[in-house]
Amino acid sequence: MEYFLQQTINGITLGAVYGLIAIGYTMVYGIVGMINFAHGEIYMIGAFIAVIAFTLLGMMGVTWVPAAVLIVLVTAMLFTAAYGWAVERIAYRPLRGSFRLAPLISAIGMSIFLQNYVQLLQGARVKSIQPIVTGAIPLIETGHFQVAVTYIQILIVTLTIALMISFSLLITRTRFGRAQRACEQDQTMAALLGIDVDRTISMTFMIGAILAAVAGVMVTLYYGVVDFFIGFQAGIKAFAAAVLGGIGSLPGAMLGGFLIGLVEAYWSAYFSIEYKDIATFSILILVLIFRPSGLLGRPDVEKV
Amino acid sequence: MNGVLLDVANLTMRFGGLTAIDDLSFSAQAGHITAIIGPNGAGKTTVFNCITGFYKPTLGRIALARDSATFDLAQMSGHKIASAAHVARTFQNIRLFPRMTVLENLIVAQHNKLMCASGYTIAGLFGLPSYRKAERNAVAKARGWLERIGLVDRADDEAGTLHYGAQRKLEIARALCTDPVLLCLDEPAAGLNARESAELNRLLLDIRATDGVSLLLIEHDMNVVMGISDHIVVLDYGKRIANGTPDAVRADPAVIRAYLGEPDAVESA
Amino acid sequence: MSRVTTSRGANHMAVAALKDAGLAGFVALMLAVPLVGFRTIEVGSGLGLQTRFDWVAYCVIAVIAGRLILNFWPPHWRIRRRAKAPHVSNAQHRTTMKLVALGGIGFAVALPFLPFADRYVIDLAITILIYVMLGWGLNIVVGLAGLLDLGYVAFYAVGAYSFALGSRYWGLNFWEALPMAGALAAMLGVLLGFPVLRLRGDYLAIVTLGFGEMIRLLIINLQSFTGGPNGVSGIPRPSFFGFPFAREAEAGGPMPFHELFGLDYSTQHRFIFLYFIILALALITNAFTQRIRRMPIGRAWEALREDEIACKALGINPTNTKLTAFTIGAMFGGFAGAFFATRQGFISPESFNFLESAFILAIVVLGGMGSQIGIVIATILLVALPEVGREFAEFRMLLFGAAMIAIMVWRPYGLLSRRSPTIQLGSGA
Repeated sequence: MEYFLQQTINGITLGAVYGLIAIGYTMVYGIVGMINFAHGEIYMIGAFIAVIAFTLLGMMGVTWVPAAVLIVLVTAMLFTAAYGWAVERIAYRPLRGSFRLAPLISAIGMSIFLQNYVQLLQGARVKSIQPIVTGAIPLIETGHFQVAVTYIQILIVTLTIALMISFSLLITRTRFGRAQRACEQDQTMAALLGIDVDRTISMTFMIGAILAAVAGVMVTLYYGVVDFFIGFQAGIKAFAAAVLGGIGSLPGAMLGGFLIGLVEAYWSAYFSIEYKDIATFSILILVLIFRPSGLLGRPDVEKV
Repeated sequence: MNGVLLDVANLTMRFGGLTAIDDLSFSAQAGHITAIIGPNGAGKTTVFNCITGFYKPTLGRIALARDSATFDLAQMSGHKIASAAHVARTFQNIRLFPRMTVLENLIVAQHNKLMCASGYTIAGLFGLPSYRKAERNAVAKARGWLERIGLVDRADDEAGTLHYGAQRKLEIARALCTDPVLLCLDEPAAGLNARESAELNRLLLDIRATDGVSLLLIEHDMNVVMGISDHIVVLDYGKRIANGTPDAVRADPAVIRAYLGEPDAVESA
Repeated sequence: MSRVTTSRGANHMAVAALKDAGLAGFVALMLAVPLVGFRTIEVGSGLGLQTRFDWVAYCVIAVIAGRLILNFWPPHWRIRRRAKAPHVSNAQHRTTMKLVALGGIGFAVALPFLPFADRYVIDLAITILIYVMLGWGLNIVVGLAGLLDLGYVAFYAVGAYSFALGSRYWGLNFWEALPMAGALAAMLGVLLGFPVLRLRGDYLAIVTLGFGEMIRLLIINLQSFTGGPNGVSGIPRPSFFGFPFAREAEAGGPMPFHELFGLDYSTQHRFIFLYFIILALALITNAFTQRIRRMPIGRAWEALREDEIACKALGINPTNTKLTAFTIGAMFGGFAGAFFATRQGFISPESFNFLESAFILAIVVLGGMGSQIGIVIATILLVALPEVGREFAEFRMLLFGAAMIAIMVWRPYGLLSRRSPTIQLGSGA
């Protein structure tokens, strides 16, 4: 029982990270109808920027943890957003109206490019940093087993929920959100009504990148290790989360993220850690086959 | 060639909360040209999509009687409707295979027949004479259609390079290459000029007369509808509001109301 | 950052162009500062930073200059995106292609006997041919049927492992294992394809990608059966239809190849033989593809790529049609895998990761989806160039990622995009 509780806490933390990345997939899919394959790489870049920023702050002697975390978050969000913008501008925008597979292939190219770009610039070795946020609150203590929730886990989950709420408000309450939803429905009509479609799409990519950057910072804090290849696996899992929740749905992405995180945690705990990725991929495939619209998505009516 | 070919009974199609078609019943006679008309958004294309299997109707029956067999189209998948029940269709926004040639478009339409002749590819790979003969026949049939629509000299050009009117005609010819008993045309005259639409009228009448294919068409161009239809079904908000010969429909007050709007004085119901 | 087209004088244009270049420079600065400007280095137990602000400056200057050149480039010099190819009739095009193909095959057959063909050259040629074959196999799936398969390497792996394990557990030789490798890969193709081929194109891409990873993870984890991450070694080399490539005959075994033909023993014989096997396999793949394109099924693949809805309306069963393409593509992947295993003598899961799938896809995309000769050219470019310049090899993946984007932007139908019709009115009637 204690073990189960601990795994639940771990799973929710992991799920929050997947959920943050999944939102980027879902929003981009909603507006341009394509899978942004390079999104996992954007998350990886966010994590690298976090590592660099933490190291820089450490060298500059900023030691008060809340300030350091805040500065790093803002830096990572800012610079990663620039990557989100550039990816859309270079690899996707010129392809609107091209043939069906073109943006997908271009996105794969972008993903490979970014991976190798980071590898060449930062080296292929795993980067590890000292733990920054330490400490935990013990919840239950039995003789041999302690259930604890660490401060970093609390930070990840609360920050994720706060971001989730603020972005939901952004989409439902603001002018940008209205434009965003309009573009999802019908880009031509939105353009005729004076919405700057290009700008709205760019903004969507930047928001996705910002959330991925937050996920990157959190993972850096949580595990303390980053390498150029982490985007690939995290990308697929977050995509699985987006599909499970129903692609195009923001709450769905979050829900899917938590579910995938929990499945992974329980699977590693009770079955075998080696097969946890296979379990996630199987969920992805099964959901796509049996319920392609996901848990909270709208069914997709084929336009004839 | 007489009697009811297509019988639509109590057809209802809902998308979430929206009822696109509401308890619609009508029938089309064999050897007739039946037109479905109605204002924009009346549900005409949805009816087509139900008949040709692209949507699964929420309720209702769509029966097609061919030879002595009856097919319930509402229960069949899209490709089966074309291959087994022999119902062909065209699309409102033309759907050719643009990077394939005009001739290839017409050959692909004869896929199922050629597939059998090629022994599911295995015999074809070895170039058996029976397959080669079947392919020659397919080309001859395609050539016949190209002659009728006047596109023989464009046979080896990519379909996407044809001009709009020629693409419309090619799409009709391609649908006919599947040997249909019923051809459903979704706004075949859309975007055609007066001369082209007169040509289309002649082509459609000719198809009915020489090939014995019954036609079901959605059309906005009243010259086409009134000129060639034997029977007209009028839809508004997913319901049938009139049904009859062109003359009867033209005079029907309900139709005039649907098209021109409610007059100030409420007419007696 | 649209093109500067205003009639209010050159001055105005220049200002807009400068502004645009300035903006591009700013973005470049934002991109370059964190990742180019700082490099993490290991210092003792922790991390340190190295700064490279000079690199940042070069990047920004290069982007601004590039943007300025683009903006002031005379409009009629610009590459037209969908420029019409000079008109060449189908017949002419076909003759040229035939000549190129015959020349290529002639050269390929003669290669091992040319004076410069040492072991290194033959080895490189074998590598190229493996990728040509994989490219041709994947081309059936991606180029003809328009299905984006990102897990192609799974079938390659299944082919390789079915020979490696077949020889380990049942003592199969290469020629016995080859059909089995193809059959197993094809079976796996059916198993995966049947449920997932109904999915829309981009979902299919993700599912096949996940599937490719699953196969790799299974190979790693089923350690007792597959050897796990350590791989399988000691995979037998092919014999010349029973006659081994060895200096001496084994006791009681058949005589070695060189004695059979009365030649002097040379280690090169085996390489030349391997070369001819893969050349034959690749040519069979090609001949099969060329022939099946002209079959009803091949035309249906291309029609599906063009418009699936129209295909349904013509009575073509989309799922079955896609399944055949997927399965046949998988089968050729399996053949290539068996060859890979015998050539390497050792295989491990690391040879079958996602990058390998992406690499094969890049070959198909770069070559022009559907173009057989284009794929050969693309393979030679992607495989041979890094061999020529060693320092270039480090940038190989970076460049091919960039090339995939560039091709999609400028020539979405690839380097050789001309499609030859499968039937012509003159030829059939």
